[in-house]
Amino acid sequence: MSLSVKHLLGIRDLQRQDIELIFQTADQFKEVLQRPIKKVPTLRDTTIVNLFFENSTRTRISFELAEKRLSADTINFSASGSSVSKGETLIDTVNNILSMKVDMVVMRHSASGAPHFLAKHINVPILNAGDGINEHPTQALLDAFSIRERLGNVEGKKVAICGDIMHSRVALSNIYCLRKLGAEVMVVGPPTLIPKHMAAALGVHVSYNIREALSWCDVANVLRIQLERQNTPLFSSLREYSLAYGINRQLLDSIGKDIVIMHPGPINRGVEINSDVADSGQSIILDQVENGVAVRMAALYLLAGKKTEQQ
Amino acid sequence: MKTILNGTQLAITVDRLCHQLIENHLNFQETVLIGLQPRGIFLSDRIYHKLKQLMPGTHINYGKLDITFYRDDFNKGTALHVPNETDINFSIENKKVVLIDDVLYTGRTIRSALDAMLDFGRPAAVELLVLIDRRFSRQLPIQPDYTGRTIDAFISQKVKVRWQERDGADEVVLVE
Repeated sequence: MSLSVKHLLGIRDLQRQDIELIFQTADQFKEVLQRPIKKVPTLRDTTIVNLFFENSTRTRISFELAEKRLSADTINFSASGSSVSKGETLIDTVNNILSMKVDMVVMRHSASGAPHFLAKHINVPILNAGDGINEHPTQALLDAFSIRERLGNVEGKKVAICGDIMHSRVALSNIYCLRKLGAEVMVVGPPTLIPKHMAAALGVHVSYNIREALSWCDVANVLRIQLERQNTPLFSSLREYSLAYGINRQLLDSIGKDIVIMHPGPINRGVEINSDVADSGQSIILDQVENGVAVRMAALYLLAGKKTEQQ
Repeated sequence: MKTILNGTQLAITVDRLCHQLIENHLNFQETVLIGLQPRGIFLSDRIYHKLKQLMPGTHINYGKLDITFYRDDFNKGTALHVPNETDINFSIENKKVVLIDDVLYTGRTIRSALDAMLDFGRPAAVELLVLIDRRFSRQLPIQPDYTGRTIDAFISQKVKVRWQERDGADEVVLVE
């Protein structure tokens, strides 16, 4: 049994059985991470390059840790301070790195579609660690894995994705992933931050009222406002956004339901979510971070295995 | 297809293996049993439950070990293996470990199991119990301490161990 894809560029390309295979494998890696020696020798003859053309804390550390837990050799590249600033093209940068006998590429880029472009030109498995406003597949996988862990199953669950839907690759990957697994999805946020025709195109419910969405859902995945991707102001102020869409204890208590709270990070405390919610028992934010390592180990393992099957 | 062990013979063999274990490990205070995933656990389940029957009230530590991440044929063009559950909720440090698998063939699975096991601690000693030993097919210097049946088989032949709980009948057969 193996993945149906050579690269992990997005959840859009995956079959439901691919996602379930990743989860089944991640379950076993999660057990490995509980052991006294949290490391297996599986990828000891594999070299992986982490190409980060955009800032990252969690994803980068998580991938690097996953690679090390699999005994892979890792090379870390960040665009700042590299020859990219001297005008080198993306393909030249990657081909030069691949000449050093690298077996896999993990890549984050601010341009949507950058890993898809690269996949047409190089012959090693590529894992998309986030491309612009397109997809962030491993985040969606770990989010769904965390829902499955907390609620037993994803199928039939109601998930509200709250906030800046327009600029969020996490939102898009989550919608694909949750829909493929049989969950119902609602996006909620200001009208200016939710693309038109989303309901018809992706099969999700749309709401502009946070209380309505929280009353409806079993799980709320709260997103950060991505000011770095907004060229023009799309809401009046962060304070007003927080008043209209911020999730706080008072709001949660008033809906009379014990919903699960998620956040892909980094959190802007006091804007989209308050500390009394983020740090409460309802929150699985740190579980998401822990599960991220196991899920990324599974993705790396399955893609490396896929590569060898094709040789 | 040739039958190596029928249901009755398999039950007698499991009984004998259990008595051999009791002879060497007495009350199992310093001994743990570990079945190897995926197929060895059918035998290790039988051994464990039979030992509990033969020694009522005795506590025996019993775990399951998956060796998928320790295989030496990953990246060698073979089919990808999907991992199974590892469940060892006790310490193996300074214990006598009895590894249990259904068929000993090349010895590579056991080599992987020894690697995997050492990530859980340093045992005092390790023994190997197998139902079927294909004695002329070894690729590594690994031999069993407890053997159900030793057989000679060609490389082209396959040993199939069938279990009541999975296949509807207990038997061991040799298929061409």
